[in-house]
Amino acid sequence: MNSTIALFLAQDGIINGAIYALVGVTLVLVFAVTRIIFVPQGELIAWAALTVAALEAGAVPGTAYLLVVLGAAAAALELAREWRELTARYLLAMLATDLALPIGLLLAVIQLAPLKLGFTFNVIATLALLVPMGSLIYRIAFQPLAEATVLVLLIAAIGVHFALVGLGLVFFGAEGVRTTPLLSGTFPLGPLVVKWQSVSVLVVTLLVLGGLYVFFERTMMGKALRATAVNRLGARLVGVPVRATGRIAFTLAATIGAVSGILIGSLTTIYYDSGFLIGLKGFVGAILAGLGSYPLTALAAVFVGLLESYSAFFASAFKEVIVFSIIIPVLLWRSLTSGTHHDEDEEV
Amino acid sequence: MAQRLQGMWSRIIAIAAVAAFPLLPGVPEFWVTLGGYIGLSSLVAIGLVLLTGVGGMTSFGQAAFVGFGAYTTAVLTTQWGMSPWLTLPFALLSTGLMALLIGVVTAKLSGHYLPLGTIAWGISFFYLFGNIEQLGRYDGISGVPPFSIGPYSLINSRAVFYPIWTAVLIAVVLSENLLDSRMGRAIRALRGGSIAAESFGVDTARAKLVVFTFAALLAGVSGWLYAHVQRSVSPSPFGINAGIEYLLMAVLGGSGYVLGGVLGATIVTVLKDQLQNLLPKLIGTGGNFESIVFGILMVAVLQLARQGLWPFILQLLPQAAPKAIDAAAPVLTHREVPSRGTPLLVIDKARKQFGGLVAVNDVSFTVNGGDIVGVIGPNGAGKSTLFNLLTGVLPATSGQIYFRGERIDGLPARGIAGRGIARTFQHVKLVPSMTVLENVAIGAHLRIRPGVLASMLRLDRDEEKRILAEAARQLQRVGLGEHMHKPAGSLALGQQRVAEIARALCLDPALLLLDEPAAGLRFNEKQQLAELLSRLRAEGMTLLLVEHDMDFVMRLTDHLVVLVFGSKIAEGTPAEISANPQVLEAYLGGVE
Repeated sequence: MNSTIALFLAQDGIINGAIYALVGVTLVLVFAVTRIIFVPQGELIAWAALTVAALEAGAVPGTAYLLVVLGAAAAALELAREWRELTARYLLAMLATDLALPIGLLLAVIQLAPLKLGFTFNVIATLALLVPMGSLIYRIAFQPLAEATVLVLLIAAIGVHFALVGLGLVFFGAEGVRTTPLLSGTFPLGPLVVKWQSVSVLVVTLLVLGGLYVFFERTMMGKALRATAVNRLGARLVGVPVRATGRIAFTLAATIGAVSGILIGSLTTIYYDSGFLIGLKGFVGAILAGLGSYPLTALAAVFVGLLESYSAFFASAFKEVIVFSIIIPVLLWRSLTSGTHHDEDEEV
Repeated sequence: MAQRLQGMWSRIIAIAAVAAFPLLPGVPEFWVTLGGYIGLSSLVAIGLVLLTGVGGMTSFGQAAFVGFGAYTTAVLTTQWGMSPWLTLPFALLSTGLMALLIGVVTAKLSGHYLPLGTIAWGISFFYLFGNIEQLGRYDGISGVPPFSIGPYSLINSRAVFYPIWTAVLIAVVLSENLLDSRMGRAIRALRGGSIAAESFGVDTARAKLVVFTFAALLAGVSGWLYAHVQRSVSPSPFGINAGIEYLLMAVLGGSGYVLGGVLGATIVTVLKDQLQNLLPKLIGTGGNFESIVFGILMVAVLQLARQGLWPFILQLLPQAAPKAIDAAAPVLTHREVPSRGTPLLVIDKARKQFGGLVAVNDVSFTVNGGDIVGVIGPNGAGKSTLFNLLTGVLPATSGQIYFRGERIDGLPARGIAGRGIARTFQHVKLVPSMTVLENVAIGAHLRIRPGVLASMLRLDRDEEKRILAEAARQLQRVGLGEHMHKPAGSLALGQQRVAEIARALCLDPALLLLDEPAAGLRFNEKQQLAELLSRLRAEGMTLLLVEHDMDFVMRLTDHLVVLVFGSKIAEGTPAEISANPQVLEAYLGGVE
């Protein structure tokens, strides 16, 4: 291996690592607010990439139909569970967000997709289709489990992952896709040939991370989310609606997922089930950083990207084994340093 | 007795029904094959039941252990020419070693880190299986010989049905025996958090490792059988998706019940077969669409019936008979009781700092044998922290604590329990789903120690009788004798506190530590509690209690220690304390 290859691998690793950083940070965010380890984040990413690809081809993406299905399911389930408590105003809002909006988007996409309106339209349409899904998934699967233990929530998250992968196959089929990058071409930087695409991925990632920072530090809603993360009961007592915080966290997750998907679609071929491994690698980053700090998670995720990139070169068959095995020493370290004070005190 | 007979009969009928199934005329071959697969999955699901529903841990990676069993026997039979039957010990050995290795690293982890770890190694092993030359890479190993008896090969599904279901039967019996034993109670106590279990001497890390390894071994047996039923192995049935399906079986069937694992395996296996036929027709193309239904099912069970489906069947079955208590069982050995008036517990300048905050500030006092000593103080006085120092939950920053002349600060909770100090908890820590008797029996964990294997093989019955008799005796001593067969969660708070005292007495302590025993009790519950504690003192027990109910301690104790802001401000008899101006000021505020 010469330095050119090394640098090339580094570029590759950092770019993938940036995507994993977005995933890892999202997982930390969702976990802090809701205690859910949101494994299905990967599916949202894959769906976003598949959506962009469909729009580029002038076809109606499966997500447009999926959104209608999810909206109808969320509305129906909420009606069945809580019809006694729902106010007329809430019902109207539900009608608007769960039924009218998805159907409206579907009709719009059916009209506009064949026109191939280009990159900006594709991005806007993808965001419009993906962002509402976060809150819908939360309402369907997790809201009734809000008081459950981390273990139960994790098992439920795995269940959601299972269902979403299957739905992805139904609505997108088994074909892999690759989208056109936002920026193409390269420029030299010393001995390195840098792709403009890499730069765009990095810039977008940094923008998202910066946006998150501003959201949590400067806005009331962000502070409410942080308060919920620290103490759910306390947050509720001072008037933070815990339910709403769950929905907001999931909406943020879906937004970041959509952005990550738009980015990754041009880097590698994405299939309906590619999300799982992407999600898990972000998650390895999050675990390496202790499922707590955002900046550390981002750094650890970049490390995962680099590790993956170099092991793909040296031992490509064992790439996944190496990436997932680095969790073990970290877990070992944690099991040696954390004493028995860690009393979960939980009933499954 | 009648109940017990009824229970036995329903089991015999169930076993006979399973055994007769392949022999019934008109049962198609395919159903028998499916029945075999149900048995194979049941083995794994039973292990997950023990791990998830009973032990409060979980694993998405069980399929990897199935893989270890399968690949071990496949390699040994195809490359080394061994007989399929003889490879079982090797399959168990390889799975068991792997489980121990992984378990030592991950089973100690609390909460969500273990399942996360299992996802990671579940995926790693899939790729590992698929990339090793000797294991045939992704093609796997074919030509694995079938089981045979003499010249007869067990090739058709009717023949192979029996070894599979014999293994399931053995697994069910071993698992139920394990749960109904000293180690089983320790494993079940894991769900109540580790502090309570450790306080009675349970080595929670070991208990977790035991259940983790046992679950893996069951999966290994399943893999060993699978290899010779399928007669080939390849990585795909041992990947993470298979692991998730196994977990679905355990959750769906009822993660707290051994037979729930069998129920879950049956439902999921049959459903999968039906869906694989039906869904592609509905959707128009092929694919693993059943995962949609499985995923929805998993979430729905957690939302609607978190205990799974087995409890619904349990209602239809005859009630299990309450445990028989053999009052004639030999009494467990007793510890020598310290003589009245001699120093038992000496606290010398105990100090605990959290950063800059001094929670316990060089507190010294002595507890003499046969006394009831109370530690009182307003909220935030450091009572609970002091209690945690004495029980080994927190390490002291400095100072020394001696018990019967031996230094005990720095010992873990388990070590302190072993020296004869038993405790109760301010927030009751009983396992609600276990009976009162079983909860109390955990107290005797250190007094007699039948082994895990002996328990599984039912060789521990003499010891078990002695443990249960002791637990029953302590329950009668505290006046809860009539409630011993009820689930602990069904008792009133006051009774639960008393049950905690019985559990503590079961440890045969020389010193009993009570953490706010009167908190949350009603007036006459408090009176009964005070009577009980006086009676224990009369029987020679030494008690130290932390409390902030003034009335309660004034009437009960021989000696009082008053803490304010972490420091001891007074010490003496209740009469001296109630006349002490400093104490009055601390409690009532200064006179302006």
